[in-house]
This record gives sequence, C-alpha cells and structure tokens, in this order.
Amino acid sequence: MNLSRPARIALRVAAALGFAVIYVPLLLVLVNSLNPDRSSGWPPPGLTFGWWADAWHSSGARAALWTSVKAGLGATAIALVLGTLVAFACQRFRFFGRDAISFVVVLPIALPGIVTGVALNTAFRTVLEPLGVGLGLFTVIVGHATFCIVVVFNNVIARLRRMPGSYEEAAADLGAHTFRTFVDITFPLVRSALVAGALLAFALSFDEIVVTTFTAGPGIQTLPVWIFSNMARPQQAPVVNVVAAVLVLLSVIPIYLAQRLSSDTASGSRI
Amino acid sequence: MEGMAVRLQNLRKSFGRTEAVAGVDLEIADGEFFSMLGPSGSGKTTVLRMIAGFEAPTGGTIELGGADVTRRAPFERDVHTVFQDYALFPHMTLEQNVAYSLKVRKVPKAERLARAREALASVRLEDFGTRRPAQLSGGQRQRVALARALVGRPKVLLLDEPLGALDLKLREQMQVELKAIQRDTGITFVFVTHDQEEALTMSDRIAVFNKGRIEQVGTPAQIYERPATPFVAGFVGTSNLLTGDAAEQVVGDRATYSVRPEKIHVLKESAAAEPEHDSATGTVAEVVYLGGATRFLVDLDAGGRLTALQQNLETSSEDVAALRGSRVRLQWHRRHNFPVPHDPSTHDPSTEGPLAKDPAHT
Repeated sequence: MNLSRPARIALRVAAALGFAVIYVPLLLVLVNSLNPDRSSGWPPPGLTFGWWADAWHSSGARAALWTSVKAGLGATAIALVLGTLVAFACQRFRFFGRDAISFVVVLPIALPGIVTGVALNTAFRTVLEPLGVGLGLFTVIVGHATFCIVVVFNNVIARLRRMPGSYEEAAADLGAHTFRTFVDITFPLVRSALVAGALLAFALSFDEIVVTTFTAGPGIQTLPVWIFSNMARPQQAPVVNVVAAVLVLLSVIPIYLAQRLSSDTASGSRI
Repeated sequence: MEGMAVRLQNLRKSFGRTEAVAGVDLEIADGEFFSMLGPSGSGKTTVLRMIAGFEAPTGGTIELGGADVTRRAPFERDVHTVFQDYALFPHMTLEQNVAYSLKVRKVPKAERLARAREALASVRLEDFGTRRPAQLSGGQRQRVALARALVGRPKVLLLDEPLGALDLKLREQMQVELKAIQRDTGITFVFVTHDQEEALTMSDRIAVFNKGRIEQVGTPAQIYERPATPFVAGFVGTSNLLTGDAAEQVVGDRATYSVRPEKIHVLKESAAAEPEHDSATGTVAEVVYLGGATRFLVDLDAGGRLTALQQNLETSSEDVAALRGSRVRLQWHRRHNFPVPHDPSTHDPSTEGPLAKDPAHT
C-alpha cells in the first residue's frame, strides 16, 4: 500500500516512540551497570566494570541464579512430559470432555499469578505439610509447572494440527509398529515444537516472581525474588543493575531460538 | 478360499450413529485390478481403510490371502497403501522414504538402498533420491508414493484416489502407467475412485458403491452396458433413462430402460423408422459442441429427456448450433435398450439408514 509522505513520517515516529518506550529503559539499566556513581546519577561521571566484578563475587546473586536455573529446568521437564501427553490426547483422540480438558489446561496462564500463588500456598500447607513436605524448591517447581505446561501444550498441539494423521498411518502401513512409528515419524516431526515450547517454558519460569513468592520456602530465593528484595537497598542497587543487564542479554537467546523454531513449518524442520 | 487376494464378508462400519459401510460382501482375485467406484460418502474409502487396518470394522470379516485379518493391526497385514495426500515423510529423503518399509523389516542397508534406487528408477525419479518431498511437484510425489508402496512387494496394493490431485494430462498418463505396473508386477490393485472414466479405463472389475453398499460388481463393459440399478446407470456414463409413459410409447413396455448416448442417432423428424430400431421424436433443447463430438439434449414428445452423442464427422460447430430448437427423430437399435431393475437384489430397504459423508474425505 502506498502512503502519503506525511503519513509515512507520522507512522515511523509512532513506531520509533513505541520501541523507545520498551527498549530505552533496558538500555538505561545496561548503562547504569557501568555507571561509577552508586546512586546512578546522570550523566554518568565515567565508566567502570567494578559493579560487574562485585556482582560476580556476590554469593547471594549466585545462589539465586542457581536456584532459578534448577526451578526452571524442573518446571520445564514436568511441562514437557505432561504438556506433550495432553496435546497428543486432545489432538489424536476423541473422548468425552476433550474440549473441557484443553480449556482447563490452558486456563492457568490467564489466571493472575497472585491467585495461583495464594491457592497453591494454601494447598501445599494443608496437604503437603502434614506429610512432612514443607515449602521449598520442589513447591516452586510445581507452581511454575502449572503455567509452563500451557506453552508446551500450545506449541505441540499447533504442530499436530498442521501435521496430517496420514504420516503415522503410512508408517504403520509400511510395517512399523506403534512405538517405531513414534520414534521414526512422530517425534522427529514434533521435535522442534517441543524445543520451542521448552525454551518458552524455561523463560516463563525464569522471570516468575509472584507465584514464586507464595510457593518458596524459607531460604529459597530465585533470581527475580533476589532482585526484588535487593533493589531497594542503596548498597546493592548497582549490583542489581548488573544482574538485570545480564538477564536482558540472556533472555534474547531462548526467545530468538523459540521464534525461529515455531515459525518453521512442520515440513523440513530440523534441529 | 484359494486364489482370493481379498475377501470381505458382511463388512460394516458405523461412525457414531451414521452407518458408513452397511454390509459389503466382496471377493477380489489374485492379480486383479479392482476398482471401487462411487460418489464421496458412499463408503468406498472406508472399506479401503478397513482393508488396510486403519479402521476397525463394526461387524463382518476381512480375509487377505485366505487368512482372517479383521483384528490385526496395519503393520501385521501384507498390504501397502498409496494415500490420497501421498503422506511422504517430510523429514526424510526420497530414498529414505522408499526404503522405509525395508528398514523396518531389517533388510541390510546396502540391499535396501539398492532396492529403493531401483524402485525410484522404475518411476523415473532415479536422480531425485537425495531430495526431500517438499522439493517435488505433485506428479513426482505421486510416483514416489507408488514406489514406496511397491518396493516391499505387497500381496495387495491399496490406492485411495491417488490421481485426484493431478491435472488431466498427468492423470491420463498415470492411468496408463499404473495399469502397466500392475500387469508387470502381478500385484492385486484395489483402486478407489469417484471418476467413472478412470475406473472404466483401468479396471479388470469394478464395484459401484452407493450409500455404504455395493450396487453392482462387474467388468467395465458389464457396468457400462448393463447397469443393474438406476443408480449405476446414472453414475456410470450419462444418465439416459426411459421410464413410465415414455418407455411404454417408445419401447412398448412400462418399465425403466437405459440407452447410452453414443448409441442414439439424431435424424431428421421425417426420417423413416428402420426395422429392429426404436425411435422417438422430440425437440432439441440444447446443443453442446465438444470439439470431436456434439451432445444433443432432446426433450421427447413422449415425455422425458434423452442425451445423444454424435461424432462430428462432417459437421462443424456452426452447423450443429443451428440445430437448437429444431425437431428431430432419435433412433437406436433395440439391443441397446437395457431394462434397469427397480428393486435390485443387492438392495435391502429394511436396513437402509441415514448416511453421512465419508469421514475419510472430510
């Protein structure tokens, strides 16, 4: 479509403003992580990597990062298994209540985190604590898995919808038994959807704060929770900037990969 | 039973409350090119899918080579299928696709590669072995699907409208090729199609399906020249039925008769009737110029409408167009009248149920 010159300029300015609102604050975090002024004064009086060294040696930040990675991997693993199973059930079979199940699976991602958090907190304390299982990393993983399942489920079911069932029939027809068909045909064709779903699930878990607050036991601190509790302390503010800057750079990778993988068509996608 | 590649007995299949296949009995001989012809929703694809093992019958039995396979899984049956959408594995090369059935059967790698290449060569795709299906045209994919299904030398090859997605030229070429492959290999072909011309061209025998039942089984000539039911007369070839008053006046018998369009001569109204011929006068309602031939739709004075097909031996398009609205006499030899039974024995009205579309086609 051809636009008039003023319209073109106006649209470009609007687009630039939109992106600026999103990305300038992130850029500021990056700049401030190199700002020698402890209170992030502007303009920066110089350039220093001192805060990066401090952050590297901060045991709190390291422990929190490690906790986050463990929580993310755990939640992703649960989501992969359960989300894939539900997606296959809902796409490949007809049964009573199928639509209801697919609705119930997707719902948690729309629930406010505070609701999920409070509900899980109550449930864990009334059900698990009498059994001797207190709040801890395990409960955080279960809490995260509730919404991580959704992204895996959505990715896998979208792939299955685009994939005709005749591939699997053809494999069976050519002599492959059920498990062989899954290994040779089904899995290779959904693999990239699984990876995309897993990356998104990990990213979701990694930046979660509300559900984590309600499901983490004492002494369990994920990275977002650590940032939240340290950013108010003037002593720690520069280190928080560094950690935030690192997280921005790290999140680029899974999102980029997930986008490439899920835009791949079912045919010819390879990893 | 000896010599029978496929034997179906009272085969039934219901999807929910709709009966897609309502009792089919059929015997297909070894080495036969057998077509299952019918409109979409007539149950022919469902029958094919039950022979392949993709659908479990609601009732009845399926025998392959004399063995009851009704409850066996697809991978336990010595049949291979050419799918309507070809179903080539997109993540494998053509060689890997064609060699898949051999790989599953643990044929050594060198041998299966050689056989896959040979099979690809037999469909003239020997230079394409390392490509992927996405890089091929529709006709090429069709040939790969054929090679993949044939490489394992199955007893029976099932083909589910394999030529449906091809353009006319390619389709005619593949019809000849399929027939040649069938003759050379001696494999029993069970071919599902809704295209009556395709069925007439290639088949040794045809079963005409309607509403989950078989209306008639016979050679192409039997099906075409002697349709057993009004449905077969209408579905195979152009429907040209004389019924009621028209039949009484023209043929002299109050029944239903079928006459094929190419048997009917279009004459001047004043032409004298020849012996041994039936004739009827009427008005030309429409003239359709087909290049090599012309189709006349004639409203009979006795009631009803007949279609007549005339070769354009000496006439041209201008000549035939002028005949629209004119009075003519239609004449044909009596031996081309075929009585069409109204209540064929293959039809049991007491079990007739509502039928939905063939689910494999939706």
